[in-house]
Amino acid sequence: MASNESAVLFDQPGPKGRKTIRIVNWIAGIIFAVVLVLILMRLHNPPDGENQLSWELWKPALDAEAWTDFYLPGLWATIRASVLAVIGAVVFGLLFGIGRLLPNVIIRAVSGAIVEFARAVPVLLLMIFFWRWFAFAGLPSPAYWAVVLALVIYNGSVVAELVRSGVGNLPNGQREASLALGLTRTQSLIQIEVPQAIYAMLPAAVTQLVVVLKDTALGSIIMYTDLLQESRRLGSMYFNILQTLVVAAVVYFIVCWLLSRLAEWLPSRMQQHTAAPAEPEPVAPIAIMDPSNVNQIAVAKEGVPLGGAQRLYHVHHRGTNASIHRWRETRYVQGYDETHPESQIEFDKNGKPIKDNPLEDLMKEAKKKEAEHHQGKGQSKTDRES
Amino acid sequence: MEAFISLFSQYDVPAAFLVNIELTLWSALFSMILGVILVMMRISPVASLRTVSCAYVELFKNMPLTIIMVFMVLGAYAQLKLSFSDTFATNFFWLAVTGLSLYTAAFVCESLRSGINTVPIGQAEAARALGLNFMQSATQIILPQAFRGSVAPLGNTLIALLKNSTVAAAASVATETSSLMSEMIEYRSDVIVPIFLIFAFGYVILIIPIGMLTTYLSNKLAVRR
Repeated sequence: MASNESAVLFDQPGPKGRKTIRIVNWIAGIIFAVVLVLILMRLHNPPDGENQLSWELWKPALDAEAWTDFYLPGLWATIRASVLAVIGAVVFGLLFGIGRLLPNVIIRAVSGAIVEFARAVPVLLLMIFFWRWFAFAGLPSPAYWAVVLALVIYNGSVVAELVRSGVGNLPNGQREASLALGLTRTQSLIQIEVPQAIYAMLPAAVTQLVVVLKDTALGSIIMYTDLLQESRRLGSMYFNILQTLVVAAVVYFIVCWLLSRLAEWLPSRMQQHTAAPAEPEPVAPIAIMDPSNVNQIAVAKEGVPLGGAQRLYHVHHRGTNASIHRWRETRYVQGYDETHPESQIEFDKNGKPIKDNPLEDLMKEAKKKEAEHHQGKGQSKTDRES
Repeated sequence: MEAFISLFSQYDVPAAFLVNIELTLWSALFSMILGVILVMMRISPVASLRTVSCAYVELFKNMPLTIIMVFMVLGAYAQLKLSFSDTFATNFFWLAVTGLSLYTAAFVCESLRSGINTVPIGQAEAARALGLNFMQSATQIILPQAFRGSVAPLGNTLIALLKNSTVAAAASVATETSSLMSEMIEYRSDVIVPIFLIFAFGYVILIIPIGMLTTYLSNKLAVRR
């Protein structure tokens, strides 16, 4: 499974294979080193330009004033917008995600239409629209609110889908039990299913925080003074835009990378609170129109970094509409579950197991033994009688 | 109403969408090629190839697309004199395609990896037992099945790419939709909502067929095991 994909394609190489691998390793390493040196040489001596590696250009991009006057205020603006946008997105997502699950047809249709529309429109178009609109309406700081609102609408729609797939991935028993206790469908949804779905989707919400943080950089196009915009301003002051952009890129990378690691660590904590599998990146349902984000891809993981929770079952298409409410039956959709082989039973339409039941052989064998045992007993009895 | 129609004779909205579609198709082609190379490096037994591919994917996954686009124009073009053509428009178009392809390749690689993880180990073991070497088993056994298993995430990547092509505005591509919308709103601020809705529904109309096709193909092509 996902744990060691390198083992999928080749097994332990022999002495000859090891030698080949070592040689290829060196050749590839040398090629990458040469490419790196070529890039540095190009930076050192670009055609009719100045040396991009000189300290004169890097110093104003790195000194204390650059940080206190440009990068840190920019980073603060970026973080301020992303945190507000994430809070708003969770509220928006819960509202419309639950709306899409309610028994009322009209509420369901309206929230479905809103969510699908919000997922299909590019964030930049939303931002430009709100920016111009707020500016014409004379609101204070239109760029900031445009960035926040555009991100709330887009990421809220993603969260709505996460809520929906989180509820869909709960074992049927949760709903059946609450209905049996006399709760209505809506009560069961809001009191039993959605709270568990929220725990299951929290890691994904942290992953979404990375998307939000990355997308705030779009704000620089509408003149929001975020980290990117500040680094561009600094770069145009000292004519060292390349250097300031590199510094900003490194800052973005570190923040996003730390958040991604957090999203990988969270599932082990969240798994204790829910019957649904808490995954770092659950896949939103593939609806008729599925304009989901790139970051919604079920990203393959190598091992369990930082001792996260063991995956309960294979993730590939988990959460497609096909699997909702039939989560144990859709082995074909979800792949084979190594950790729970006993659950890997295929069912036919009537809900009867058809084949590949690992228990079946065991049961047959046990029955056979039992029959033999009885037969043996009977045999000896008859023997004795005769 | 008449003024509204004259707005459309003045600005060519379909042409702007065509620019976005062109950006998307070229970037899809190049990012697919780069993504396949990256995923082959990622699953190869050679440590240095794996490290480089891993570093590439981590780098571009945790980097805003906007900063890559800005870098393509202000860094790679203005400072390092990297250019594709003497015509400004063509040059910026290809710089945008480069930025989009570099960014999307990381996500194509991740999609294909999730597809590779749907291929049971038995397939690779059988390939090895038949005496196929790494390249043979990768290209003839694993990757064809991995492609079929990764249709859904690849479709999502394509949809995201189409939406991301609007960020080409940051790479000074002035003819694409977000720049045109900005221009039209500036010219006619009284009909700001209809203008936005026209562009928004343009994207909805483009994206619905891709989503439907993805869902159909991922069900049709999934390897039944």
